[in-house]
Amino acid sequence: MTEVAQLLPLALLGAVLGLDVVSFPQAMISRPLVAATAAATLLGDPARGLLVGATLEMFALETLPFGASRYPEWGSAAVIGGGLFAMHGTASPGALTVAVLVALIAAWVGGWSMVQVRKLNARLARQRHDAVASGSKRVVEGLQVFGLTADLARGGLLTAAMLAIALPAQTFALGAWSSDPRVSRAVVVAVAASVAVGAVWKVVHAAPGARWLLLGGLAVGLALLALR
Amino acid sequence: MIERIEIPFRTRLAMFVRLLAIQGSWNYETLLGNGIGFCVEPALRLLPGGEGGEAYRAALARQSQYFNAHPYMAAVAVGALARAELDGESPARIERFRTALCGPLGSVGDRLVWAGWLPACSIAALAAFGFGLGTGGVVFVFLGLYNAGHLTLRAWGLSAGLDHGMRVASALGGPVLRRSPPHIAQVAAFVGGIALPLALDQVIGPGRALFGIVMAAVACGGLVLARLHGRAEGWKIGVGLLLVFVLYSVAR
Repeated sequence: MTEVAQLLPLALLGAVLGLDVVSFPQAMISRPLVAATAAATLLGDPARGLLVGATLEMFALETLPFGASRYPEWGSAAVIGGGLFAMHGTASPGALTVAVLVALIAAWVGGWSMVQVRKLNARLARQRHDAVASGSKRVVEGLQVFGLTADLARGGLLTAAMLAIALPAQTFALGAWSSDPRVSRAVVVAVAASVAVGAVWKVVHAAPGARWLLLGGLAVGLALLALR
Repeated sequence: MIERIEIPFRTRLAMFVRLLAIQGSWNYETLLGNGIGFCVEPALRLLPGGEGGEAYRAALARQSQYFNAHPYMAAVAVGALARAELDGESPARIERFRTALCGPLGSVGDRLVWAGWLPACSIAALAAFGFGLGTGGVVFVFLGLYNAGHLTLRAWGLSAGLDHGMRVASALGGPVLRRSPPHIAQVAAFVGGIALPLALDQVIGPGRALFGIVMAAVACGGLVLARLHGRAEGWKIGVGLLLVFVLYSVAR
């Protein structure tokens, strides 16, 4: 019962943030840093949400959401990741790794589900083509409202379904977890940061002097770390 | 000579709010087309005959056909097309203009926002996280920075389109749109260099004992992914690696 009570607000949040990815308002409240933090805040632990959000943001840096390309859906996925990590109250060595993995899988499934909604929109637009071609305001606005509603429902269902599957799987995995806590955290951080390095390079490589600016920044960052 | 129709503030506001939902019915056939019609519609009510009139219906039908552009830069198209319709331009000219807008609005927006502003704001937020700013601070840095650019771009685009109509190309040649992407990338490179080790240090927690090994692994992994540039997606490789590690940790 408690889990259902936790699941419902998360599903609603996943719906709203899934909608933000493309349909409305694209203000990037769906970025992992924001979405995972919001999910964990709902569960009373924003700091854990920020931690998993920052890790997922390193993966999301790689995604450039160009028009018709297929890309992961980070909004609902980050709600799932943030929710899972915050729900697991006790410190478990594999909690972050499992939450990040589930969120990445959810992002993958979410990307696929966005494609299905777009196909549904296309089918409806084809059926209503004559009405649109006659300048019907009702049909033009109806198509828009249908698409927005379908996308909202998609995010909510995805979040609820993924959480319903992932919660018992997470409990099982963390119960059987045998890897050292230091190694567990090091692996997930190394993978996320590797993707982030590749992503930053992909974004900046064409700019004049990007290589030296990146290396210079890295030197400053490492120096700051050494001074901590 | 047709008298220039002034667009009231309420109509401009309605168009701006609708722009936030321009991709609501995005699909693989008409792409952004229906969204353009949806956003232009409040202005079309000012056409002779009003809402539902012959001119209104013909214009709405024209504006709801296939269109492709960056969603934020589509504000320029929405404004310019609304102005062209209200100025009584011929349907053939409007359709040619509409087709010509797609390419530039797509490429400028993709370079400026998706490949520039968004990753730069994301990197800035990771830097804020790395410097130990609290949850509210990090979220504020990201959303504040990103949406300052995002909302300004949409508002400017709509205004430029409504002011210039079919001569909007001159506004698209402005220095901010042409020259800022490389500068944004340069800032992102430097801040990204600072942000990554600091953010990594914040996340690593109990793994700090292995910091040196992690940094070496990140350098190697990052180099491999950079060399693979475009041929493989790092996050998918990440799913595979983490899945193997989770299975190993559970089954061992």
